[in-house]
Amino acid sequence: MSELKVPTMAEMMSAGENPEILFWVGCAGSFDDRAKKITKAIVKILNNCGVKFAVLGAEESCSGDPAKRAGNEFLFQMQAMMNIQVLDGYEVKKIVTGCPHCFNTLKNEYSELGGNYDVIHHTQLIQDLFESGKLKVEGGQFKGKKITFHDPCYLGRANDVYEAPRSVLQKLDAELVEMKRCRAKGLCCGAGGAQMFKEAEKGDKEINIERTEEALATSPTTIATGCPFCNTMMTDGVKNFNKENDVEVLDIAEMIATAADL
Amino acid sequence: MGISNIIFIIVLVGSTAFFAHNVRRILHNIRLGRDENRSDQKAERWKTMIMVALGQSKMTARPIAAILHLFIYVAFIFTQIELIEIIVDGVAGTHRFFAPYLGGLYTFVISLIEVLSFLALIATFAFLSRRNLLKIPRFTKSEMTGWPKLDGNIILYLEFVLVICIFTMNGSDEVLHISEGHGSYGFAISSWMGPAVFGGMEVETLHLLERIGWWGHILVVMAFLCYLPYSKHLHIIWAFPNTYYSKLRPKGQFTNMESVTNEVKLMLDPNADPFAAPAPDADATPQRFGAKDIKDLTWVNILNAYTCTECGRCTSECPANITGKKLSPRKIMMDVRDRAEEIGAGIRKNGIDFEDGKSLLGDYITEEEVWACTSCNACVQACPVNIDPLEIIMDLRRYLVMEESKMPAELAVMNTNIENNQAPWQFSPADRLNWRDEA
Repeated sequence: MSELKVPTMAEMMSAGENPEILFWVGCAGSFDDRAKKITKAIVKILNNCGVKFAVLGAEESCSGDPAKRAGNEFLFQMQAMMNIQVLDGYEVKKIVTGCPHCFNTLKNEYSELGGNYDVIHHTQLIQDLFESGKLKVEGGQFKGKKITFHDPCYLGRANDVYEAPRSVLQKLDAELVEMKRCRAKGLCCGAGGAQMFKEAEKGDKEINIERTEEALATSPTTIATGCPFCNTMMTDGVKNFNKENDVEVLDIAEMIATAADL
Repeated sequence: MGISNIIFIIVLVGSTAFFAHNVRRILHNIRLGRDENRSDQKAERWKTMIMVALGQSKMTARPIAAILHLFIYVAFIFTQIELIEIIVDGVAGTHRFFAPYLGGLYTFVISLIEVLSFLALIATFAFLSRRNLLKIPRFTKSEMTGWPKLDGNIILYLEFVLVICIFTMNGSDEVLHISEGHGSYGFAISSWMGPAVFGGMEVETLHLLERIGWWGHILVVMAFLCYLPYSKHLHIIWAFPNTYYSKLRPKGQFTNMESVTNEVKLMLDPNADPFAAPAPDADATPQRFGAKDIKDLTWVNILNAYTCTECGRCTSECPANITGKKLSPRKIMMDVRDRAEEIGAGIRKNGIDFEDGKSLLGDYITEEEVWACTSCNACVQACPVNIDPLEIIMDLRRYLVMEESKMPAELAVMNTNIENNQAPWQFSPADRLNWRDEA
């Protein structure tokens, strides 16, 4: 494995360079051990395709999504305005995120506070890299395997992005099977709306168990995700059914990086 | 003009006036909400209304219900033509006023109405059995007991009576028409059903049956008009403005609170002098952060509530409800409407400052429901008339957090972490890039 090249915005600026895109890593991608693997997979793809990018590093801060969904608009706007100051300071125009929650917030909710950026989700960037011929995979270890994709709410319903992740998965030469509830009817993993950070209210089942059941009903070898929170929820769900040795929960970026032998 | 024409006019004018009075009452309740500008993107709004309300594009997600509903919807629209004739006949004392003017077209239109009415009858039976025999889960949830359950059935009974009246009227009239030597009307169903059911009856009996059918039809329609404003069936009207004014932005884009923006800008501006801010207007009531009661919601939220026909698609798609939590998006909408009715009536009686010591949050909607939401937008996606329960849930959360500092303890910890570490977990912001150097 070659060493990751991850310049920060500050480093780029001091070298007098300007990245074409900012990689917004997000809190999960920065701190969560499982999500860091997704972050590194995205970086491998960016490095491999020669994309000139940078991260904010220690200057990055929570997008404010969980605060806003939890009803704390003050905290959200404080975070948003601080981030906008940093982003505008570096004259950032284009952003790719590794998380649909950051993606939605930066894309839709920063503009009314003065932050206007062209924001894409990492599956959209990977799709672009395939289309421009910069990225090629041979299917690799996923060839002929059964994959089911879990739509993240903040990518799918919230922003109508259903095709990019699927078109990327098509490149793996695998069998893509849909769950009963998919695309616009996809069932939430249970983590949205700041639920990731709290216990669920009293009920007769956890949402991630309901969703994992549905995913396992397609008898997949891999459950593909596009969100670090969905990844955690589905991984926990698979463990709950003692299926962790049969079914992998992987982010699309990880699957592509593996298939492309990066 | 005979006595029956006078009775007819009294019934017609009376029920129409009563309906108009009720519509004004509901509009007043809707206007209790805060201002919200939805006058932009007119072309897109018309398009949404035509597709979603008129074209019922979102109904197709459930094909069986969509087809059955389409039967009743189309029958309802075309029956209006016959209704216009009944009104003309009722006022002027004529019989089948349009027939001589329209000729073959008249036969076609009435035939079409007969076929559609028959299809609507099938749909009515299907809907009654779905609600009462098959017990489809979304019709038997806890909020669907008592009045909401009865309300759902009453309309179907009325529909049943209406169709029976149409066929009694046309069938007996067909037999009369033949016995009077005019031959058959040639309508699609009554031309064979009439002689089969009513053939051989006395002329007086036939006249009576024809009148029972005619009066029955118009009386059911007028009763429906009076009943409609008290029922969930208002969707037949509000679906149109509701889809027109629905949210056009991406579903993930939640509302921005401008009142907060101004304060945050002051806090972040090192040059800002808080004492330089203009003195607050002594008469102005400060706007609450988030929503506790009806007046804190927007008029669009309240219009949403009056548009809801309690079909329960939202609730059956809600991940929280599916897994047994108390939250039901449909109940949120029903609660908003019930509370708007209550507070609206109080205000009309006692003036704008009316307080009854109750509120939407607490007396109707519990905190447990509000916190069970994953903000996944499944309810918004599922609604066939573009109702947005999520916006209301978010505003209730905002009130709890920003006005009362009430939230699950873990979320308070999360907020503190974001404030102190700029991440929802307790990690040092300086460690954000550590992953770069980890193998």
